[in-house]
Amino acid sequence: MSHPALARDFIANRERTQWHDKALWFVREKRDRMASSVPEWELLRETASAIKQHTLSLLPDYLEQFESNAAKLGVVVHWAADAHEHNEIVLGILQQRNVRRLVKSKSMLTEECHLNPYLEQHGIEVVDTDLGERIVQLRKETPSHIVLPAIHIKKEEVGECFHEHLGTKKGASDPKYLAEAARHHLRERFCRADAGLTGVNFAIAETGGIVICTNEGNADLGVSLPKLHIACMGFEKLIPRAADLGVFLRLLARSATGQPITTYSSHFHGPPAGCELHIVIVDNGRTEIFRNPEFRRSLNCIRCGACMNTCPVYRRSGGHSYEATVPGPIGSILTPIQTPEKHSSLPFACTLCGSCTDVCPVKIDLHHQLFAMREVLDGKRLIGASKKLSMKLVSGVLSRTWLYNLLGTAARLSLRWLPRFLIYNPLNAWGRQRELPLAPKKTFRQQFAERQQKDDKR
Amino acid sequence: MSPSSRDQIFSKIRAVLPQSSLLPDLNSVGQWQTFVNPSARFADVLKFVGGEAVFVKTLAEADAHLRTMPEWNLAKIRCSVVSGLGDSTIDLNAIDDPHDLENVDFAVLRGHFGVAENGAIWVTDDTVKHRVLYFIPQRLAIAVPASQIVHNLHEAYERLTVGHHRFAGFISGPSKTADIEQSLVIGAHGARSLTVYLVEEMSKYEP
Amino acid sequence: MSQSRYVESLEILMKVALFIPCYVDQFYPEVGMATASVLEHFGVRAEFPTAQTCCGQPMANSGCMDEAKPLAKKFVDVFDGFDYIVAPSGSCVSMVRNHYDHLCDPEDQRAATVRRRTLELSEFLTQVLNVGAVTGRFAHKVGLHQSCHGLRELRLGPSSEVMSPRANYVQNLLADFDGIQFSVLSRPDECCGFGGTFAVAEEAVSCMMGDDRVNDHVNAGTEVMTAGDMSCLMHLDGIIRRRKIPMRVMHFAEIMAEAIEAKTPGL
Repeated sequence: MSHPALARDFIANRERTQWHDKALWFVREKRDRMASSVPEWELLRETASAIKQHTLSLLPDYLEQFESNAAKLGVVVHWAADAHEHNEIVLGILQQRNVRRLVKSKSMLTEECHLNPYLEQHGIEVVDTDLGERIVQLRKETPSHIVLPAIHIKKEEVGECFHEHLGTKKGASDPKYLAEAARHHLRERFCRADAGLTGVNFAIAETGGIVICTNEGNADLGVSLPKLHIACMGFEKLIPRAADLGVFLRLLARSATGQPITTYSSHFHGPPAGCELHIVIVDNGRTEIFRNPEFRRSLNCIRCGACMNTCPVYRRSGGHSYEATVPGPIGSILTPIQTPEKHSSLPFACTLCGSCTDVCPVKIDLHHQLFAMREVLDGKRLIGASKKLSMKLVSGVLSRTWLYNLLGTAARLSLRWLPRFLIYNPLNAWGRQRELPLAPKKTFRQQFAERQQKDDKR
Repeated sequence: MSPSSRDQIFSKIRAVLPQSSLLPDLNSVGQWQTFVNPSARFADVLKFVGGEAVFVKTLAEADAHLRTMPEWNLAKIRCSVVSGLGDSTIDLNAIDDPHDLENVDFAVLRGHFGVAENGAIWVTDDTVKHRVLYFIPQRLAIAVPASQIVHNLHEAYERLTVGHHRFAGFISGPSKTADIEQSLVIGAHGARSLTVYLVEEMSKYEP
Repeated sequence: MSQSRYVESLEILMKVALFIPCYVDQFYPEVGMATASVLEHFGVRAEFPTAQTCCGQPMANSGCMDEAKPLAKKFVDVFDGFDYIVAPSGSCVSMVRNHYDHLCDPEDQRAATVRRRTLELSEFLTQVLNVGAVTGRFAHKVGLHQSCHGLRELRLGPSSEVMSPRANYVQNLLADFDGIQFSVLSRPDECCGFGGTFAVAEEAVSCMMGDDRVNDHVNAGTEVMTAGDMSCLMHLDGIIRRRKIPMRVMHFAEIMAEAIEAKTPGL
């Protein structure tokens, strides 16, 4: 299925779509309030973008520096070329230590690699501990947003899910009651876990440390009780200096959820005594993005989700309509680079309004990259045949002024004279919910020429 | 397998390195936000994120305040690492397994400084035996020297040497989630409440 | 005031061409005529090179650069030699100024010059003609729709995402008309949902976006909806007329022409 079809299905429930749209717009408004309270907001964005661009220009050096500094702290650093290798490495570490029960905090990378099903196939119980992720895990769904995984789910539906899996009262939908039930349920899981797995928000080259940001404290609980912590990251999470965190931590939560900072911003430098810390650094197509000068800037992404919150299309179609681990504007660039055939509709699920570009804390020119991605898809012959043909025809007409004038006249005549049922019918997608423009008798050029003649005569 | 993947990744990246660009000097890019009254701002933001700031002159005052809290009085299992503030019903030094801290109702811990712009406190693992104490108790109180409030995160990182501690971090308010229909619930997995005592007589922590 | 001397001297100094987008030429000729009148009011008698058709945006936005290139070439050929090329369309001007990189040879100085000189109407009036307060009468509640390309590509106004102040050209040009009021919208610059072929390919999302914009205006009491791009207005007007909502839809050039005429007839 493609985005237009899935979006249409989503919108079929108009009321629910309006609810989804309002919920995300509210997050965008909170972001605006936070951003406006920081006088140097635009300077912060500029600085963050510059730090990321610099990091990418010296990426091998910074990666080596990070690896070396992490190793000095007793961290075991692994490298994975692709998703499969990442999964194998994680499984290997877990199996060596007879891990049966794993707790996991949010990591879009592990979603990308489909780690959960892989581990489960090998007999390891994986519990996603972020509340939103736990909800979608129990419902056997994928997250629909990278920061707000359950944004598409109503509280009554959470209530049903928890009644089935957690034993909450039937019909209960009070968020406090449900969250309390989840607190107890997940606390049990934290306490009996054999290992904790996390993502990485920032990896500091200068120190060999990693920073993990949460509001719930689930990452910290997950790694402070068991003796094994595995942290998985794409290599673009690197930043040069600890001081750079001042910039990124000021931008991240304000952009993502409209808070000054996440409740917990934990800095891990090596394992505590008697424990282990493994960091898995993953490529999985990032080098392809890196090598393309047009799309390299997308590696600035700090996975804040602001572009999704502001995207008028995302809000009205939902994350699942993108059929991608990372949906929305950034996902519509990253995903088609990997799987252009399956995801060729994504760069077109966009009006090029540019709102995403203006909210991006690291100044990725998202809408320009979406525009450029369309050209890439055309180059791969993934623009639909009928669309391509009509573009050729229209181009041919518009290149010839005489033909343009002729067909323009024909079009206007048809609109004025054809009976309504011939114009407005299932073949006319424009006309389903809109009127076509009224067709004037004279074009601008005709009127202008007539006025010239009149003026010349005077 | 791993070494060759590492080599693959490095050679792919090295093959097409983008043009070099400057790393911004954070001290000279511009002015970072400051506040006329950083302590007041800290307290306001902490309140905004669901916490509470209590300004006191002495630890004794803080202790008196703590003992007015029903949550402290009702707490069956309590502990404190700040002598003079609260007390402990358990011997933290005797506990080797962090799992044994699962039922701590209320913990009183130490923070180094606060950040005005976001109500956050910097905490480190050298003030507690088990870092899980920052996350597992139902309720938290953190004592910070009142003079140690910086304006913004840039100032925070200027005074820190990141990497000195295996675990360190910023904590801003109690744990929370809005994952159920964007309804804010305080007390997700970590502390249900956070009281920050800003104590004048406290000086910077020497481990 | 020495308006007439100002007018004469401008007529001598500037050779200005009108660029009227294809769909405006065919379906909204009054917008083109209003553009020409407004320019004349400020002393510019613009020419209309008749060979023009389209800037190539529909093809380029579909990723079909090969199909767009001949139109870019035609554009440069048609408009070469003018001091300014003025269009009542932010999206077309944005295509020419910001995106012809994909379509023109970077070494082509002729193309670079034509691109640089292509301006949207409100930016031409404000930046080149230094038009300040405009005298006129338009006693209606006007809902300003911020067309996205004009807003975020050409920066013709402040976008709600960006935390730095910026003048709103269209609002400033209309603000001094007698009796005019501006609607306060709940989402001042959300996209209307036209997006070119998006309007048809993603019809469901497109129309819901359009409906939401229209509802915002209805709730805000808009009597006249305006914008700098007829593409947005074509889509929104299509919804307004289908829903039989009594709201006028006018390009801001039409408002200016009507307002100026109301105050000083004989335009």
